Amino acid sequence: MTAMQERSTLMQSLFGRLSWDSIPYHEPIIVWTFVGTIVLGMAVLGWITKQRAWGMLWRDWFCSIDHKKIGVMYIVLGLIMLLRGFADAVMMRAQQAMAFGDAMGYLPPHHYDQIFTAHGVIMIFFVAMPFVTGLMNYVVPLQIGARDVAFPFLNNFSFWMTAAGAALVMTSLFIGEFAMTGWLSYPPLSGIDYSPGVGVDYYIWALQIAGVGTLLSGVNLLVTIVKMRAPGMTLMKMPVFAWTSLCTNVLIVAAFPILTAVLALLSLDRYVGTNFFTNDFGGNAMMYVNLIWIWGHPEVYILILPLFGVFSEIVSTFSGKRLFGYSSMVYATVCITILSYIVWLHHFFTMGSGASVNSFFGITTMIISIPTGAKMFNWLFTMYRGKIRFDLPMLWTMGFMLTFVGGGMTGVLLAVPPADFVLHNSLFLIAHFHHVIIGGVVFGTFAGINFWFPKVAGFKLDEFWGKVSFWCWIVGFYLAFMPLYVLGLMGVTRRMSHFSDPDLRIWFLIAAVGAFFVGLGILAFIVQLVVSIRRRHELRDESGDPWNGRTLEWSTSSPPPAYNFAFTPRVHALDAWWDMKTRGYRRPQSDFVPVHIPKNTAAGIVLAGLSVVCGFGLIWHIWWLAAAAFIALVGGAIYHSFNYDRDYHIPADEVSRVEQARTQQLAALQG
Amino acid sequence: MSTHTMQATTTADDFIVREDHHPENGTLLGFWLYLMSDCLIFAVLFAVFAVLGGNYAAGPAPKDLFELELVAVNTAMLLFSSITYGFAMLEMQRNRIRPTLLWLGVTGLFGLAFLGIELYEFHHLIHIGAGPQRSAFLSAFFTLVGTHGLHVTFGIIWLVTLMVQVGRHGLNTANRRRLNCLSLFWHFLDVIWIGVFTFVYLMGVLR
Amino acid sequence: MSSANPYLDAHGQDTRNVHGHDDGHGDHDGAAHGSFKGYVTGFVLSVILTAIPFWLVMDEVLPSKQATVAIILAFALVQVFVHMVYFLHMNTKSEGGWNMLALIFTLVLVLITFSGSLWVMYHMNENMMPLSIHEAKNLP
Repeated sequence: MTAMQERSTLMQSLFGRLSWDSIPYHEPIIVWTFVGTIVLGMAVLGWITKQRAWGMLWRDWFCSIDHKKIGVMYIVLGLIMLLRGFADAVMMRAQQAMAFGDAMGYLPPHHYDQIFTAHGVIMIFFVAMPFVTGLMNYVVPLQIGARDVAFPFLNNFSFWMTAAGAALVMTSLFIGEFAMTGWLSYPPLSGIDYSPGVGVDYYIWALQIAGVGTLLSGVNLLVTIVKMRAPGMTLMKMPVFAWTSLCTNVLIVAAFPILTAVLALLSLDRYVGTNFFTNDFGGNAMMYVNLIWIWGHPEVYILILPLFGVFSEIVSTFSGKRLFGYSSMVYATVCITILSYIVWLHHFFTMGSGASVNSFFGITTMIISIPTGAKMFNWLFTMYRGKIRFDLPMLWTMGFMLTFVGGGMTGVLLAVPPADFVLHNSLFLIAHFHHVIIGGVVFGTFAGINFWFPKVAGFKLDEFWGKVSFWCWIVGFYLAFMPLYVLGLMGVTRRMSHFSDPDLRIWFLIAAVGAFFVGLGILAFIVQLVVSIRRRHELRDESGDPWNGRTLEWSTSSPPPAYNFAFTPRVHALDAWWDMKTRGYRRPQSDFVPVHIPKNTAAGIVLAGLSVVCGFGLIWHIWWLAAAAFIALVGGAIYHSFNYDRDYHIPADEVSRVEQARTQQLAALQG
Repeated sequence: MSTHTMQATTTADDFIVREDHHPENGTLLGFWLYLMSDCLIFAVLFAVFAVLGGNYAAGPAPKDLFELELVAVNTAMLLFSSITYGFAMLEMQRNRIRPTLLWLGVTGLFGLAFLGIELYEFHHLIHIGAGPQRSAFLSAFFTLVGTHGLHVTFGIIWLVTLMVQVGRHGLNTANRRRLNCLSLFWHFLDVIWIGVFTFVYLMGVLR
Repeated sequence: MSSANPYLDAHGQDTRNVHGHDDGHGDHDGAAHGSFKGYVTGFVLSVILTAIPFWLVMDEVLPSKQATVAIILAFALVQVFVHMVYFLHMNTKSEGGWNMLALIFTLVLVLITFSGSLWVMYHMNENMMPLSIHEAKNLP
């Protein structure tokens, strides 16, 4: 503090709270992480430079407004952040396996607290969200027979805003610190009195900036699904994944504003000195908890609903059957969408709302498990008497079905208020939500990646390493989290960096072994990617339909052309592509017309970059920088709006050339 | 996949749209959805005001602070700006650029008057020691009313931008669409203001 | 985009019904249009619906506060409705009904957020907050 006071006012106004002391060079773990990141980063950058790929990367990817490329970039972002989030998890597991009795472990509490906060924030906002958004972005327009999303530029901007949020979180690792409050930053702990540092500010601005991206992408996909379905595709002929995406984006548009508002109020408390959630002057911290869970509960359905869609597509494709109970699946999804808004209080039964309120929310929570159960039966009945092929996507789906049911049942247990009074804030809860999030979201993402990878890349993923990855994840997950149920039932609370009872240690050791296996699973997935790329000629799929699929995305070449469909498909039935195949559809050979598509632009990445600068300025109280970046941001957006010339036509000759090459490719395949 | 076809006459054209297919433009729907999300931001702020609005922390209460005459004038400004924006839209439908710009300009001036009065009120409150830090009630009040004011500010910036664009490019399809979006935004803010003057000011004074 | 609006009569008024017309024609965006009459009607109604609540509160017309609150809330609701119809041109047909659906869904969520928060927080305060000075004074 004295160092701060001694600094001249000039330095203060130039650099705000930022000084050399903000760089944690006295913490060896962070320094080594930093060195490692720099070495790895330089290696990647050097490799790109050597390949002379910068121009290609910038033009064809960073500035791309093609929903397929943006979808891929979302998934890549998710994978990179998964490594960071998992590193945090391993550090926690290692610390808890060591720190018993006199041994304090290797992480001081203030560092441990940052790690569990960062782990939660990263895994939810920068791993799970990019994964589901990426899958929706890539698949939905193809499934509904559209050429792109409704607002292609906004799509690019949304991606970069999400990446900007991730960049701020990563910056906090090396400049300053991250929040030490847990992933939802409850006040008064996250208020200025108890968290005076920059950690919570990093948290707030990373989430606010990424939140803009999430909201815009929600609006975008919603309008895409509502407005851009191929002729004939009525709502009840829409693929289930498109349906769950529709509901997910409804949830995004209707839930994220609440997070935005409540974080804005928290930042006002911290920056302006208002009294929303303070202990004095009439503030009420409970209101924060109440509001953030009104967002937080729909959020868990935002994460899981798209993957319910993924599983539905996979189960019906690999059972070679129409999905059992399509309409009940749709109604179940809509029910979950609405019910997800009236269960939020089950996250804070113990805060004392009393019997009437708790019973209402306990009952609604139990009710929401009914539509989810209905879905599970639909999948089972789809498999019943089907010719099931146990390819990788189906394997992950089976893993999900077995795991998710268990997680769901512990959830129903937690929905009983008296039981929750015992289990609240314990490791039982940690085990429960990892059970459903890993079993549902993570397994679903891997199922989806294995399912659609051939569409994206033109070759399948390697089977052997895929199976290694799958089994490591399954074994690792159960080893890592079943012990936490046991510990939770014994009353061990979450977020502890040290324990005194040595009897507990064996469970933490088992959990650490589990984390090790999960690590092997992630490693095997990376190996799977590398091996597949090296063996791409053997794994090549030229048909565009490697799994004998049912929906329109499989009617295109792999990878699909920039314009997706030379002619917009006309849909007559659910499972449109299956319908086309069974009724002897033949590709059009002539009379191609020019295709109208939007131009690439750098505006998205530039505006998102300015947001990072603005956020950084706000975090460190460098007011001139924040103000300048904000003005540039508004000015840049206005400047961009003066550009009316945003599209161009792919000439008919070009379309014709691409389509003829595709026809020849298919002919060669059959001949 | 079975090779024999159910209908021998199935042609490629049964499954494709030959003519260039243009889906309906989704901008207005998209913007409406954005407004709905904005509506939820205000819902949170109203809820916060409802929960914390009685926590004066031994400080001033609404009755001591609010001057309803001023609020009435302010409401009038916003209401006038609503109808002048409506006139601008009517002129736009008649494809008359100059009257459209004129009415947009008048709308902007009413908007500025609204902001001026609001800033005066805020300045006055802070001056007499009833700033947003004084109590949870005042925090909620300043934030709710201020967020609405912030929206009006961005509305005016957008309005000016659009006036320049209409002046430069005329009433082309893109500009008409943008004017329609701003119309939704502007009238939406008026709807929010109904909630503000009723729930915050009038009911505050009655408390 | 046609240059002249075919629906205008000699006085420059839109001859179409504000609510009932098909949005698909004459405009690519499917935006609902207002008419001079519609805007003026909306404005006059709004002025009345605003003036009465202000008058009720400023002149303390009614003896009962609860009644005043109920009346001004009712006026606010009606005025919101007026704005929706005359200024925002809401109807069940624009954008294939999706506008209306989104609005209804949002209003339900606003209701849930608002009343749910009040309910939850009221009970929490009731159960968990220490006695206020006022309550302590009135203890038996």
